[in-house]
Amino acid sequence: MYPFPLALQTLLGHWPSYLVYLLVGFAFGYVLEIGGFADSRKLAAQFYFKDLTVLKVMFGAIVTAMVLIFLTSGVGLLDYNLIYVNPTYLWPGIIGGLIMGVGFIVGGFCPGTSLVSAAVLKLDGIFFALGVFFGIFLFGETIGYFEEFWYSSYMGRFTLQDWLNLPTGIVVLLIILMALFMFWGGELLEKKFGGADLTKEPKWRYSAAGILVIGAIAVVIIGQPTTADRWAAIEATDGTRLANREVQIHPGELLEKLHDATLQVIMLDVRSEADYNLFHIRDARRVPLDALPGIIPALHEEPANTLFVVMSNDETAATEAWQILRAESVPSSYILEGGINNWLAVFADEEFKETAVKTTTTDDSLAYTFPSALGARYEWAEPDPHHYTLVYTPKVELELKRGPSGGGCG
Amino acid sequence: MTTLTTTTTPKRTFKDKLLSLVQRDAKPYVHPYKAGILLGLVLFGAFFITGNGLGASGGINRILVVIEDAIYPAHIDRTAYLASMAGGETNPLDSWVVFVTIGLVIGGFTSGLINGRLNITTNRGPNVPVKLRWVMAFIGGAFMGYGARLARGCTSGQALSGGAVLSVGSWAFMFAVFGGAYALAYFVRKLWN
Repeated sequence: MYPFPLALQTLLGHWPSYLVYLLVGFAFGYVLEIGGFADSRKLAAQFYFKDLTVLKVMFGAIVTAMVLIFLTSGVGLLDYNLIYVNPTYLWPGIIGGLIMGVGFIVGGFCPGTSLVSAAVLKLDGIFFALGVFFGIFLFGETIGYFEEFWYSSYMGRFTLQDWLNLPTGIVVLLIILMALFMFWGGELLEKKFGGADLTKEPKWRYSAAGILVIGAIAVVIIGQPTTADRWAAIEATDGTRLANREVQIHPGELLEKLHDATLQVIMLDVRSEADYNLFHIRDARRVPLDALPGIIPALHEEPANTLFVVMSNDETAATEAWQILRAESVPSSYILEGGINNWLAVFADEEFKETAVKTTTTDDSLAYTFPSALGARYEWAEPDPHHYTLVYTPKVELELKRGPSGGGCG
Repeated sequence: MTTLTTTTTPKRTFKDKLLSLVQRDAKPYVHPYKAGILLGLVLFGAFFITGNGLGASGGINRILVVIEDAIYPAHIDRTAYLASMAGGETNPLDSWVVFVTIGLVIGGFTSGLINGRLNITTNRGPNVPVKLRWVMAFIGGAFMGYGARLARGCTSGQALSGGAVLSVGSWAFMFAVFGGAYALAYFVRKLWN
């Protein structure tokens, strides 16, 4: 399940994978050209309501792609988690957008269309593209003066469905209705300001609008996969790995990885706040199980050499957390074998273990008594790997990230 | 005289051939809704196969950084924003968006060639002299380039791509672009009408 997006770098190799992007770019340039985007007059006419080609093409493209993305995601073909969603930096985006608006109406292009225009030898397109180079150069030279602003109002991967707190399908439907309303209004404006004869417009556009609405309704009905659905889809493979204990790593292996300079290890401690305060491994982050889904997008932004290790007192809650991570396509995730209790059994000193061990415990509760909540200030919260010779089977294998790396137009 | 004409005749026919390729009758543009659907399919295909959307200004940025890095590498290494693309051994061209941008130019050129729209000309408003149009295009481009970097993407990388995957920031950006252009349109109407 969820075979797309493809792991291009693994399939084709690093540089050859860029051929796919070359083809994508080719199709992009070709379509912009046949749509008339190489002609600045056609683009500028948008802002005098004479020719709303820009609006029609842009919103037409957005709604077409949107419906297909969420349909394929809904039926389990495309993994939306692995799709690059532009992170929201609200104010830099808005101010940058306003500046671009000025450039658009003064110069008659946007960067992509000016390149297409230059490619078909329009001199204004060439001058505009040179201007874009100059503007980008200026930005690189001046960003140092307002870097703080540039990084401000960061909201991460923040989608309209998160913001409106509505199901994805409803948002898709609302956007399509908005686009259709804008197309309708746009045509009326073209008639009024551009003297367009609407009777000559093709009738198939009504069918196209109908198909879009049907597609959106299908997205509403199918819905988007829940974490449970996503786990069901991978249970055959990951359930087996879990049962075969291929993903439960020995405390010794975790300690070794923590001291591996080529890796970044993110430890997610899913225990109660009380237990966490009593004792936790140094640098482990406490994330309650119900808060875990909320941090998934942030985990996807971590670099490819990141190892995720979840832990509870024993393994029950950690296993549940691991299933959530795997279901949500977080790569290279593992469970601390035997949990914190096993960690203590391996690393805590004998005296502590003898005096603090509890006689009766329930599953996934702390097996030791701590006199005070010292958290990570115990010696064995950060053991020295050179003091131990531990025998274990190494299980960690870093997975290659699928989907975009680095991402964005950057 | 005769030698001159004999030597120039084959040249002229070759030139004619070239010209006939370029100067074929321009075909009309496709219907905007059709172009929109096609562009949507390209955008969807990009996301579906690669996980990335489309982009242009990022590619221009990286190509520019290559030039800067060749002229003044120490400056690149000292500026955090530039160093992230080309600091030390980092190759600024090692990015998907560069290849989308190169493909964009080739695709545009190919369509222009096939559809007879490949001709050297300056598109401008009816009352604008050619040179003024060039100056305004350059100034507009500079605003666009600066704004696109500030907003972390241009119309393709932010508005189209982020819009289709429902990023809040991309939608806010999109309304800002149109808002900015509409707000100023009246004051520069002489440029286009």
